[in-house]
Amino acid sequence: MQLNGSQALIKALEMEGVDTIFGLPGGCILPAYDPLLDSAIRHILVRHEQGAGHMAEGYAHVTGRPGVAMVTSGPAATNIVTPLCNAYMDSIPLVVITGQVPVSAIGTDAFQECDTIGVTRSVTKHNELITSAQDIPRAVREAFHIATTGRPGPVLLDIPKDIIDARNPNSAMEWHWPDDADVLAGLPGYRPITHGDPRKIREAAEFILRAERPVIYAGGGILKARAAETLHELAELCGIHVVTTLMARGAFPDSHPLCLGMPGMHGNYTAVTAMQRSDLLIALGSRFDDRITGKVDAFAPEAKVIHVDIDPAEIGKVRRPDVPIVGDCRLVIEELVEVLKELLANGAAFPDRSRWKQTIAGWQEINPLAYVPAEPGDSLKPQFVLEQLRDNNPDDCIVVSGVGQHQMWASQYWHFERPYTWVNSGGLGTMGFAVPAAIGAKVGRPDSTVWAVDGDGCFQMTAQELVTAAAERIPVKIAILNNAYLGMVRQWQEMFYEERYSEVYLSPDLPDYKLWAEAMGCVGMRVDSPEEVEAAIQKANEIDDRPVVIDFRVDAAEKVYPMVAPGQSNDDIVTDPGLRQGIKR
Amino acid sequence: MTALSDDIPHHILSVLVENKAGVLARVSGLFARRGFNIVSLAVAPTEDEYLSRITIAVEVASAPLDQITEQLFKLISVVSITELDPRHAVERELLLVTIEAPPDVRPQILALVDELAGRVLDEGQDRLTVSVEGHPNALDDCAERLRPFGIVELRRTGRVALPKLDNAIDHRLHQV
Ligand SMILES: Cc1ncc(C[n+]2csc(CCOP(=O)(O)OP(=O)(O)O)c2C)c(N)n1
Ligand SMILES: [Mg+2]
Repeated sequence: MQLNGSQALIKALEMEGVDTIFGLPGGCILPAYDPLLDSAIRHILVRHEQGAGHMAEGYAHVTGRPGVAMVTSGPAATNIVTPLCNAYMDSIPLVVITGQVPVSAIGTDAFQECDTIGVTRSVTKHNELITSAQDIPRAVREAFHIATTGRPGPVLLDIPKDIIDARNPNSAMEWHWPDDADVLAGLPGYRPITHGDPRKIREAAEFILRAERPVIYAGGGILKARAAETLHELAELCGIHVVTTLMARGAFPDSHPLCLGMPGMHGNYTAVTAMQRSDLLIALGSRFDDRITGKVDAFAPEAKVIHVDIDPAEIGKVRRPDVPIVGDCRLVIEELVEVLKELLANGAAFPDRSRWKQTIAGWQEINPLAYVPAEPGDSLKPQFVLEQLRDNNPDDCIVVSGVGQHQMWASQYWHFERPYTWVNSGGLGTMGFAVPAAIGAKVGRPDSTVWAVDGDGCFQMTAQELVTAAAERIPVKIAILNNAYLGMVRQWQEMFYEERYSEVYLSPDLPDYKLWAEAMGCVGMRVDSPEEVEAAIQKANEIDDRPVVIDFRVDAAEKVYPMVAPGQSNDDIVTDPGLRQGIKR
Repeated sequence: MTALSDDIPHHILSVLVENKAGVLARVSGLFARRGFNIVSLAVAPTEDEYLSRITIAVEVASAPLDQITEQLFKLISVVSITELDPRHAVERELLLVTIEAPPDVRPQILALVDELAGRVLDEGQDRLTVSVEGHPNALDDCAERLRPFGIVELRRTGRVALPKLDNAIDHRLHQV
């Protein structure tokens, strides 16, 4: 079948099962937008290409399917670099298509030419400049294969205009859809390891059978591998407590008696301390990020480590494991459960861990996650808003957050009961992620309520995508925790720079968020006092035909606790001084 | 100019890559980004037209070897990596040098080239271009001995290496 390159591109995307493209056209990618008119694929026209990338990420987060974005060359390509880097850090499967100047113009500084391949090389799992129309189907199939297998990540395809321009002879091609064998043959250097080494798995089981103070350190890899159920089985079979990192919230239900919640710099006391005192860390799809370990030399000093990851480069990168296992988390945990069951059936038994369990329960009792509640007349506490949002929404509500204090409160105070209900920017910490990612999540899961919990600073970075949401009738809900500050930076200046506040004040009223929301076609609300919170949330939940933005005016002085100061040992975790001393502020 | 090569403890990686545009940039970009220091690098086609071989000497101090190879192996275009321990490998490099060689000192230079087992590739009125092949360390010495005559230009290819025969070590780290 004779096609032109643009038809081949859209057909290849259809063959990959793509139902939605987030994008914005321009000169070089323009030919691809013509066959899109005849395709069943939904295109969502963004207002800024960064939005397209984050929407594709939000979509991928909640569906597990790769997010797809398509933008033009030059400035559009550079605008999508941030989402690519974000997806690379958080292992999110994306396929991003960028237009490029015609093959003959490459290297001449042509209008809107940018070395997109060079610029994005270090923020993609792979990228390719396609130079012939005939290569398009192969390149698309390989891109989806690479993005979604092994450790997932973003793949970029850079497509010169002439090979997709129906009027240019360079766009002529004979349609051929590669089969699996073709894909393997085309990628001789890419064979992700999925099955763990059985000897190592047996060794891991033996470590688990000996451990007196084991902790499962569950990371985002659990969600990527769709291993939440298997994790549940492992934890219950062995009665081992689980911490869920910022990237793994929801991978194990917060209400489960074995769940300790989030560890790390702003983790709760018990999660942090249980890891510190543990004699066996079972790291499953987690990567010993500095925000988890604190000072590495002082991290979990007595713990032996089992490290399961699909990316061999993660094993031993930060902490040398005693039992390294390269493989897909779900497959490895399944095999581990089998071996454990077999050993238990043959008379093996766990040591008595009742003292460890009591110790953990004691920590939970003495240092629960808590804040000093507002006195009548005090300003609204951000944590209170989170509790109200949580209590007025169902378990399957999807929560998306920006980056800053509000993100930590959201992760701390929400009760995550199901996988894929938490979407945030962990590795890169990208302000401006929430609004577009929430839109993408809602497109992927139209039947779920999607709430973004955003900061006033973050909101101002990508708010324009609410115009997209209003135009496309994507009814997301945005809770701005408006503390009038770049709050997280303010907190560091307060704690580590002697309260010398430098360039962190934003003003609560400029912009007027309610008016701004309305101008963008959303319902805008403003909430000042605790009494109004619940009613506003309920009202927002009743609106299903357009986005809603609530400007919650929250206490600017509130800080995120507990906290392990940067570079410090996790032993030096600091809880809220207001709580410790019982002082009412 | 100081000695170029073997003063620095190094690993030798022999990396088989897809022979595609931009692969060298991926490899060198990865080294730059992860802070691995390259001592020398040589690229050439192989007997298979779809593959090229990159021989990289990496500074030992800059990172643990397994981090370097694991990160490198993550590149989609990298097909296999072989680590050659310098103690169990033969290493060779080629040096080309143009030397000031006016008639009065020319016989001296020719004698030295002979001693170094070099070859004269080109003769000018006042200059000679000479090639010497050898172990990178030996080439450092050659350069030093030629220097007093006046080096106009000097080029080195970067080393290539093969495992020593008759030793049982399996050098292969990653093979798909
Ligand atoms: C794009 C980007 N720029 C800067 C930062 C550094 N940064 C981290 S948190 C933060 C403050 C965020 O302010 P806001 O959105 O109001 O959230 P808050 O901390 O007040 O809840 C800043 C500036 C960042 N993470 N991302
Ligand atoms: Mg703020």
